[in-house]
Amino acid sequence: MAQIRKKGERETPALSTSSLPDIIFMFLFFFMAVTTMKEVTFKVRVTPPQASEAEKLDNKSLTRYIYVGKPMEDLKRIFGSETRIQLGDAFADVSELQQFIINERSAMKEEDQPLMTVSIKADKDTKMGIINDIKKELRNASALKIIYAAGKRQPE
Amino acid sequence: MADIAFLLLIFFLVTTSMGSTTGLTRRLPPPLPPNVVIPPVDIKKRNLFVVKINSMNQLLVQGNEISIKELRAKTKEFIRNDANDLGLPAKFTVNIPLLGEIEITKDHVISLQNDIDTQYQAYIDVQNELVGAYTELRNELSKEKFGKLYNELVEAQQKAIQAAYPQKISEAEPKNYGGGKK
Repeated sequence: MAQIRKKGERETPALSTSSLPDIIFMFLFFFMAVTTMKEVTFKVRVTPPQASEAEKLDNKSLTRYIYVGKPMEDLKRIFGSETRIQLGDAFADVSELQQFIINERSAMKEEDQPLMTVSIKADKDTKMGIINDIKKELRNASALKIIYAAGKRQPE
Repeated sequence: MADIAFLLLIFFLVTTSMGSTTGLTRRLPPPLPPNVVIPPVDIKKRNLFVVKINSMNQLLVQGNEISIKELRAKTKEFIRNDANDLGLPAKFTVNIPLLGEIEITKDHVISLQNDIDTQYQAYIDVQNELVGAYTELRNELSKEKFGKLYNELVEAQQKAIQAAYPQKISEAEPKNYGGGKK
């Protein structure tokens, strides 16, 4: 009350943005640390099954992925709604699997080749028939280390 | 400066994905040479534990229909054969380094058979229970011998435990026995 207002509104000082880059860089490094490169763009919808004994995969660079599931909504018109296999960025047939594994393996360093792991990422509603076909092809291609991708479920 | 940082941030957000891959590791049997008929391996009936999954995701274990919840206990009972039952796998006394003389059912085989219409989740559930049974057995043995859980042991100890409880899950070719629609 006794205070006398000087003329003119008292202005809040502008927020200093000089520390903004630091914060953003911090975010950036955080994301670089916790994320991994996206393997491919999904063309099939995969909801992995749950398993309480699932282990963490140790070597990502030696792993190749096979996706099995129904095509995404927007691709259903072209590719139908039957369960399909995706290798790399494209749909593939079971018969192409062996060649895919051979190509991928020969692209690896020689000492890494026996360590190659194939991760089967299949939707939980997939029928086992198609998985068995894949397993048979993998066996023929001598890709014997496989992983059934599964989410971690807490043991009850 | 902030603009460049933002740009990089957005780039990383778009091109990367969160989370790590987890899953059940399995090893497939090596491929058969073509045109060679391998004589069927004679496995004694008592050493064989047959798990069948039909097209309705129901389980048939050793000829009895059971639920998935009972599978782990049943599997453990089979692998361990505490009572030296003649209907369960034969026990042998073997000498494993670090563990000494130990009685194990070294010839047991778990045969997992599924129908082509079996749901993948049901198959993974069964695999999970089987792997779970082995994990529990290994943990029990390493608790007893070393006082630690299996994955806390050093490599040589883990090898010894693995030798005592080798994972023997055979995945037979599927059959269409479940009366599925085909």
